[in-house]
Amino acid sequence: MSGLNLPGMWAIYRTEMARTRRTVWQSVATPVITTVLYFIVFGGAIGSRMQQVGGVGYGAFIVPGLIMLTLLTQGISNASVAIYFPKFTRTIFELLSAPISSTEAVFAYIGAAATKSVLIGLIILATATLFVPVRIMHPGWMVAFLLLTAVSFGLFGFLVGIWAESFEQLAIIPSLVVTPLTFLGGAFYSIDMLPEPWRTISLFNPVVYLVSGFRWSFYGVGDVGVRVSLAFVVGIMVLCLALLWWIFRTGYRLKP
Amino acid sequence: MSPVISVSAVTKTYRSGQIALHEIDLTVEKGEIFALLGPNGAGKTTLISIICGLVSMSSGRVLVDGHDIVQEYRAARAMIGLVPQEIALDIFATVEDTVRFSRGLFGRHAAPGHIDRLLRDLSLWEKRRARVIELSGGMKRRVMIAKALSHEPDILFLDEPTAGVDVNLRRDMWGIVRRLRDRGVTIILTTHYIEEAEEMADRVGVIDRGRLILVEETAALMRKLGKRRLSIMVQKRIEAIPPALAGWPLRLEAEGERLVYDFDANAPDTGIPRLLRDLGAAGIDYKDLETSRTSLEDIFVGLVEGRA
Repeated sequence: MSGLNLPGMWAIYRTEMARTRRTVWQSVATPVITTVLYFIVFGGAIGSRMQQVGGVGYGAFIVPGLIMLTLLTQGISNASVAIYFPKFTRTIFELLSAPISSTEAVFAYIGAAATKSVLIGLIILATATLFVPVRIMHPGWMVAFLLLTAVSFGLFGFLVGIWAESFEQLAIIPSLVVTPLTFLGGAFYSIDMLPEPWRTISLFNPVVYLVSGFRWSFYGVGDVGVRVSLAFVVGIMVLCLALLWWIFRTGYRLKP
Repeated sequence: MSPVISVSAVTKTYRSGQIALHEIDLTVEKGEIFALLGPNGAGKTTLISIICGLVSMSSGRVLVDGHDIVQEYRAARAMIGLVPQEIALDIFATVEDTVRFSRGLFGRHAAPGHIDRLLRDLSLWEKRRARVIELSGGMKRRVMIAKALSHEPDILFLDEPTAGVDVNLRRDMWGIVRRLRDRGVTIILTTHYIEEAEEMADRVGVIDRGRLILVEETAALMRKLGKRRLSIMVQKRIEAIPPALAGWPLRLEAEGERLVYDFDANAPDTGIPRLLRDLGAAGIDYKDLETSRTSLEDIFVGLVEGRA
């Protein structure tokens, strides 16, 4: 046998997607309901008292941030569980003994995690249009940010899943690192609204760049330049890929 | 016959510094059943795990049908099926799905006919749409075997296949092993049930504290070392073997209540009648006689203890 193990990649992708179907309520309904709640609270209750931000109504303003927030949390949780669970149940022996390269396996796992994130992102977008007028000025950029973020944070989640040795560790990165960064990442406000030094400090938060770039693709306004945002997403992706490459080369936490 | 697995100078030192394998050299011939025996922690599972790609070796080389397991891992691994010691399954998947998944993972296109046959052979057909979580322990083990055989491997590794397995499954398992062997599949198993190795294996390898201390054809090993033993229960305890019997290779056991004499049953003269006459002449009465075959277990224990 030579070349790509396509049946192997397909088997992983299919099984991961089947896992999503088995938990369809938890996987799809939860983020949709959460988003609707955000709209009611931030868009409806608070938003009606808010001024326009950068010429965009507050309800519409938070749509890209909400989608980003979901992409991040979903990407991380899907991919981290996808690899942590086989480690936990020891079914990973099968993956390690199979004639499949690490690259192929990552491709399949991340592909499935990203598919799910993008689908949920699109569902939230569709839900949002029911509440507020949403327009997309740069659809090409919007799709690019959607895909790149889904893949990058899928990779990041995969790293968390490999690193984690307990369910607590698995939960700690998303809850203690990612959630604060997302809330402080300008999903619900423009960082221009912050006083110094918080504005400058915010520029060290990678999520600011993701939200800003994604929002720019919708309304043509962002906290930072769109190319800077793009460079950031690609940078995160390259960093995760480099770490993964090192993990597979050394067998870190996968092979004794 | 040509070797289908050749292990040369393989060593393994874990990160903790524990040496699991010292320079193992082993060849397994195509189509044979090879049993790896050894006490717990001897290195059996480590050796199997290295060949299957679960553990990286510290040094050495392994070829599977001529393919280096590191450089040509795809070709090597595609030939191998592994049933590990522990049951490890995606408990939420259905039996059929998880078996199909394994076939795909090993690079094979779907073959419903083969999977159906496999499920029937392993008495899993009725349960094919059940989730793994609903199955009994024995059924789960059957699923593990089905997964390992899903991609029609040329080499099957069974790590402690019958530990904690009921009689039916054990019988079915050996039935499958025989059928696979008839089809030319090479089988490497580890076991604690020495009778099984004796009954099933063409060759036996004994591994102890990370060293392969013996590899021999089972039949030859039994012939060479499989002596018979005569145990004589004496009427009255004796302190020492009387000088009149000094010419006999006797051992005194059970605090002077039993005399043990090992003999070769294939020899023209076993010496038993003369020994019994000499016992009588020496005034030793006996109440019972018992002969037994020294089993592979005795040989094995002897080998391992001899090294202690």
